[in-house]
Amino acid sequence: MKSATQIAADVRSGASSASAELERTLAVIEQRNPELNVFLHVDVEGARATAASIDARIARGESVGALAGVPIALKDNLCQVGIPTTCSSKILEGWRPPYSATVVDKVIAAGAVPVGKTNLDEFAMGSSTENSAFGPTRNPLDPSRVPGGSSGGSAAAVAAEMTSISLGSDTGGSIRQPAALCGLVGVKPTYGMVSRYGLIAFASSLDQVGPFSKTVADSALLLEVLAGHDPKDSTSLPEGAPSLVAHVNDGVAGRRIGLVRELYDGADDSVVASVLAAAQALREAGAEIVEMSIPELGLTLSAYYLIAPAEASSNLARFDGVRYGLRVKADDVTAMMEATRTAGFGAEVKRRIMLGTYALSAGYYDAYYGQALKVRTLTIDAFTRAYQEVDLLLGATTPSVAFAFGAKTADPMTMYLNDVFTIPTNLAGDPALSVPFGTGEDNLPVGVQLLGPGRSEAQLFAAARVLEVADGRA
Amino acid sequence: MTLPNGWEMVVGLEVHTELLTKSKLFCGCANHFGAEPNTNICPVCLGLPGSLPVLNREAVDFAMRIGMALHCSIAPSTFHRKNYFYPDQSKDYQISQYDLPINSAGYLDLPDASRVSIERAHMEEDTGKSTHLGGTGRLAGADSSLVDYNRCGVPLVEIVSGPDIRSSAQARAYAAELRGILIATGASDGRLEEGSMRFDANVSVRQSGAAFGTRCEIKNLNSLRSLQRAIDYEALRQIQLIEAGGVVRQETRHWDENLGQTSTLRVKEDADDYRYFRDPDLVDLAPDQAWQDRVRAALGPMPAERRAGVVSLLTGASEAQLDAVEVVIDLGLEGYVHAVAAAGGDPALAVARVANELAGDVDNVGHLTSDAFVMTLAMEQRGELSATQAKTVLGELLAHGGDPRSIAAAKGFEQLSADTLGSTVATLIEANPDEWNRYREGDEKLAQFFIGQVMKSTKGQANGKAVIAELQARR
Repeated sequence: MKSATQIAADVRSGASSASAELERTLAVIEQRNPELNVFLHVDVEGARATAASIDARIARGESVGALAGVPIALKDNLCQVGIPTTCSSKILEGWRPPYSATVVDKVIAAGAVPVGKTNLDEFAMGSSTENSAFGPTRNPLDPSRVPGGSSGGSAAAVAAEMTSISLGSDTGGSIRQPAALCGLVGVKPTYGMVSRYGLIAFASSLDQVGPFSKTVADSALLLEVLAGHDPKDSTSLPEGAPSLVAHVNDGVAGRRIGLVRELYDGADDSVVASVLAAAQALREAGAEIVEMSIPELGLTLSAYYLIAPAEASSNLARFDGVRYGLRVKADDVTAMMEATRTAGFGAEVKRRIMLGTYALSAGYYDAYYGQALKVRTLTIDAFTRAYQEVDLLLGATTPSVAFAFGAKTADPMTMYLNDVFTIPTNLAGDPALSVPFGTGEDNLPVGVQLLGPGRSEAQLFAAARVLEVADGRA
Repeated sequence: MTLPNGWEMVVGLEVHTELLTKSKLFCGCANHFGAEPNTNICPVCLGLPGSLPVLNREAVDFAMRIGMALHCSIAPSTFHRKNYFYPDQSKDYQISQYDLPINSAGYLDLPDASRVSIERAHMEEDTGKSTHLGGTGRLAGADSSLVDYNRCGVPLVEIVSGPDIRSSAQARAYAAELRGILIATGASDGRLEEGSMRFDANVSVRQSGAAFGTRCEIKNLNSLRSLQRAIDYEALRQIQLIEAGGVVRQETRHWDENLGQTSTLRVKEDADDYRYFRDPDLVDLAPDQAWQDRVRAALGPMPAERRAGVVSLLTGASEAQLDAVEVVIDLGLEGYVHAVAAAGGDPALAVARVANELAGDVDNVGHLTSDAFVMTLAMEQRGELSATQAKTVLGELLAHGGDPRSIAAAKGFEQLSADTLGSTVATLIEANPDEWNRYREGDEKLAQFFIGQVMKSTKGQANGKAVIAELQARR
C-alpha cells in the first residue's frame, strides 16, 4: 500500500483525495476487522466528514498539513472528543470523552483523518493484546499468533494495511514490541517530547505516545507532527518539534554504535543473528560498532515492575464508578466502588494494582518502590556513561518473533520477560525505535532496536533508514 | 482556663486556608465560592481520564507570601500524591506537598509577645463537597450521596505550627493573629463561616516539665470559639482519663459543636496508609530569587507591625484601647488614625471613633475620605461639635459622603454661644444647690451630673469640655 508520505503528496497534488483514501481504508477494515479484531470502534461518519472537509479545503486552494488526507488509527487509550474511549476495559465502556488528546488535535490539524480506536491490552498492561476485555487482536502476518502489545491493535492496523500510520503508547515497550512482531517501524520518543495530555495514564513517568508505520520516513513524518511543547502537560519539554524528515537519509558514516550484550543475550538464535547482521550492515554503511556491556540493565525489569504498577495503582484509582464509566449498584458508596472495580477491571490490571499498592505501602516503600527508584537512577547514570562513549546503542527489540495465543499467559513472569530489552530506555526517558531486520521462525519478521540519548531521534531515524535499505525494504 | 493538679496542655495547630486565586490550583476553572453546584469544573479538576495538572503560578505567589509573612525559608519543593478513596476527591488521590514543602521553619509572634514556631506551610488542593442523604448524614449508611466538585482543586495552604501552644486562649490568639496575617497578605479572605479557614488541633497533656503525652487530633473546628472550647474539652478529657488510671490512645477525634464534646473518629491503627509518592505528572517547584524578590516587594506590613504603629501613637494605652486597636487593625482601617495623628489631632479619639462608628458600618467606609474624618474629629476637639453630634456627622458621611461642615450646618449643629451656655449653667446651678455645693467642695464626680443636665436641656448640642470650663469659672 501507499506510504503516508505518498498519500499526503497525492492528496495535495490532486492525484488522489482524502475521501478516496478513506474509502480504501474503510473497505480493508470491513474486510479484515471481523477476523483480526483490530478496531474497537470505527468512526465512519466522522472520518467521512473530516475527509470531505480536507478535500473541500484543497478545492478552495487552502494549504493542508503534512498528513493531508492520511487515514490514521488511534490506540483506544487516547481521548478523542465524542468518540468511545475504553482502554479495552469494561470499566470505561460507553464513556465518551468531552475533549481530545493533544496528539489527536495535532494529527487532525496536520490533515490526518482518524478512522477509529484500536484494541490494546487493558490499560496498556500486557505484551500480546490478549488482556483486552473485548477479545484479542490477531497478528495479520499469521492470525494464529499475537500481534504483541499493548498497542497490538495499532500495530495490526498498519500490518493489515488498513492504515499507513497509527498511534500507540509505549510504557515499557508497548510500541516497539508489537512493531517488531508485526514487521513495522515503531518509535518510543524522548520522554516529554510528545504531550501526554489526553493519553489515559498507565505509568505517568514512563508513558510516551509514538508512531507506527511501515517505513522509516513515515514514522519521522508523523513524529514531527506529534512533537513539541504542550502547556497542558507539565512534563512536556520546552523545545519545539525537531527536524526529522530532513535527516532520514543522513546515514551513519562516522557514528559510533554500541552493540550491547544485555540487549540481546538470551534471545532466540534467529533474533541474535538479525542483531549481529544489523551491526554488520551499519558497519558497512560507515559506522564503528563497539561491543559493550551495561550490567545495570539486568536490574531494570524488576525495577520497572515496581515503578509502573505503583504509579498505575494511583492512576487507576479514579475509576470508582462515581463520575463516569461502569457503576455496579451496591448499598453504599464504598461498597459501590468495590463492586465496580471488582467487575470492571481484568485480572492483569488487578494484579498490577495490588502489586503497586503493596510496593507503596508503609513499611514496604523503602524495600520496593524506594529501591526501584535507586535502580532507575543507576540506569540513567549507566546510559549517560554509555553515551559518552558511543552515539547510539543497538540490540534486539524482543526475545522472539510473534508467539502463539496462550503461549505466555499461564505465568505472568513469562509475559513480563518479553519486555526485558525495551524497558531500560523507558526508565531512562530516552528514545528508542524498532525497525524490521531479517526474519526468524516461520519467516516471521524480527525487529532490531536502536537506542539513543535524549532528543537523538534524528540520528535514530537515519540509522534505521540504513537498516531499512540494507534489508531490501525500500 | 487553668488545668487542675499541675497539668499542662501541649497544643499544635494545623490551619488550612483557601487561597484567593482567580483560578484553581491545577486548572483554569474559576475559584469562586457559592456558585451553582458543578458549574466550575473541567476535565482536569474532575480527574477525567487522560487529563493532567498544570500548576497555577498565582497560587505559588500567595503561598510564598504566607511563608514570607511567617518568616519561613522558601526552598525547592515537590508535589506528592496522597492516595485514598473518597467520592468527593475526583482522582481518588489528593495532590499535596509532602517531604519537601515550599515553606518551612518559620515563626509567628503573638500580641502577648509569645512565639509559636511554624514547622511548614505547604500547598495542596481542596476536595469537593459531599452531601449524604439519609442515615446519620455521614458517608456510611447514607441512602444517597450528592457531590459538588466546584471546590475540588481549589488551592489550599496548610500551616502547621510546632507543639508550642500551652493554653486554649493562646491557641485562639494564634489562630486570630494568623487570620490577620493571611488577610494582610491578600492570600485569604479569612472567612471562617465560608470555610476558607479551617482548624485541626493536636492536643496532649502532661505534668508540667514532663515529656509530651500521647496526642489526639481534633477535626471539624470552624470557628475561633469552637477551637478554644474543643481544646479545653479535650485537655480535660485526657486529664480525667489519665487520673482515672486510663491511657490516652492516639486517635483522630470529631468535635460536635452542639454537644460541646469530642468523640473518636478513627484510631491510629485504622488510619489510612496514604501511600505518598511523588506525583509524576508535575515537575519540581523551585522559584528563583527574582520571583521571590518580586513577591517579597509586593508584601505590605503585617498586623503586628501595623498594630505597633497605632499603639505608638497612644500614650499608655488601656486594655480597652488595645481591644479597640485590634478592631482597627483587623478591619485594616488604621489609615484614618494615622491621618488624624498627622494632622495633629487626638489619636486616641480617632481609634475610638474608628473602632465604633466606622467598624459599625464597615461596608460604607468607601464613602468616608480621610480628610472628612480628620476634619470631623478636629471640629469635635475644638468644641464645635459635641461627641453626639460628631457621631451623627460621621454616620452621615458613611452613608452619603460629603463635607462635615455642611452636614453640621444642615443638621443645625451650631455651636451653643458662650452666653447661651452660661445662662443654661447658671439656671441649673440655681435649680440644684446641693449638687453645686458638693462640687464646689471638690467632688469632681458632680461635673458629670451637670454635663448630663446641660446636655438634656440643650438636646446634646453642648460640648462637654466647654461645660466644665463654665463650671470651673463659677466655682
